[in-house]
Amino acid sequence: MSETVIKTDAVIVGAGPVGLFAVFELGLVDIKAHVVDILDRPGGQCAELYPEKPIYDIPGLTVVTGQELTDRLMDQIKPFGAEFHFNQRVESLERLDGGFRLTTDDGTALECKLVVIAAGGGSFTPKRPPLPGIEQYEGTSVFYSVRKMEHFKDRDVLIVGGGDSALDWTLNLAPVAKSLTLLHRRGEFRAAPASVQKMFDLVEKGDISFKLGQVTELHGEGEKLRSVTVKGADGATFEQPAEVMLPFFGLTMKLGPVADWGINLHENLIPVDTAKFETSEQGIFAIGDINTYPGKLKLILSGFHEAALMAQQAHKYVYPDKKLIFQYTTSSTSLQKKLGVK
Amino acid sequence: MARITFIQNDGTERVVEAEPGMTVMEAAVKNNIPGIAAECGGACACATCHVYVEDAWREATGSPEQMEEDMLDFAFDVRPASRLSCQIKVTEALDGLVVRIPEKQF
Repeated sequence: MSETVIKTDAVIVGAGPVGLFAVFELGLVDIKAHVVDILDRPGGQCAELYPEKPIYDIPGLTVVTGQELTDRLMDQIKPFGAEFHFNQRVESLERLDGGFRLTTDDGTALECKLVVIAAGGGSFTPKRPPLPGIEQYEGTSVFYSVRKMEHFKDRDVLIVGGGDSALDWTLNLAPVAKSLTLLHRRGEFRAAPASVQKMFDLVEKGDISFKLGQVTELHGEGEKLRSVTVKGADGATFEQPAEVMLPFFGLTMKLGPVADWGINLHENLIPVDTAKFETSEQGIFAIGDINTYPGKLKLILSGFHEAALMAQQAHKYVYPDKKLIFQYTTSSTSLQKKLGVK
Repeated sequence: MARITFIQNDGTERVVEAEPGMTVMEAAVKNNIPGIAAECGGACACATCHVYVEDAWREATGSPEQMEEDMLDFAFDVRPASRLSCQIKVTEALDGLVVRIPEKQF
């Protein structure tokens, strides 16, 4: 837990394309921002769901991949020096006199004058296999990520999945675990071929096991997992001993703690007015896929527009006594100075 | 027009009409069929529109391509009849298609 409180003008919740462009629009009106995101890198859905897939409706770019759009936005906002807090989720929002205090799940506290929620479809969280009773084992016997290697030391570990997370952790935990079994539904893997080869090398040396199948039931006492029932590729079931299980089935989006911040919601979306993109709460804005208003389209380009209008209103919270004069980046020397091109 | 029947895990059935060219996922979402989350909006990037195609229709709907097969790794209780409904394009030939929705999409 960090003790220091970070003070800034604005906190942007979400580092997807719209959150990133909000840094740009706020920067143009001299508002400094910190950005918090649950993922370990910028880009949001563009980075997590479609890094290699083409987007055809970004104005001026005939075609761009999710990753390339993210990279371009990161380059575009560089002059504004936003600070990023990755691998963190904003857990709570408190109202202060003239602002807010946000606290993330790793204890980082941020005090700011305004909040911009650009959280898209919600925060990415690991998928929980719908196995009866799995909740009772979570945090003690079932983990969706590896934070401490010691949880796996000298234990019978079962890793489920065939993607990079499953393969990477198979390789990393093999020397630590008492025994390690990788379980996957088929003989092909989406993970990097080099990792798959290394995994099979370990199987050949007898260090780990690889089995085909899918988990159907969990068995244990209290919070201690003992074994799982697996339906094998041939349809027959078998019992697999496991003290610890790591299921890797990708991520899903959940609205998360935003629901508890006292903001009006409509079907898990945040209603905003279309002049300022402010929520029911003064000083809290919502832009991009997470907001709703008559005619809303969940398009990246709509989120960019929303960021621009949001910044005009945001200026009032940071500089209540200053009048904002609208300027173009093409002709304004002062804007070009901020962009570092003059 | 193609008529598609969605059968829920509890046995309830709904028949919807789908235009050729749209996907089975889009037909489900447009008609508020429960159990088709389609989080990624049809980009074959999330595996939350998983369905089981009834045996009689498996040949007509074809088999998953590599990208879809990879994404099915992120679905739960995958069976030989498993498909991601965003990857099944509706055609006149699929008039009468029957798909089952898994108990959970995660």
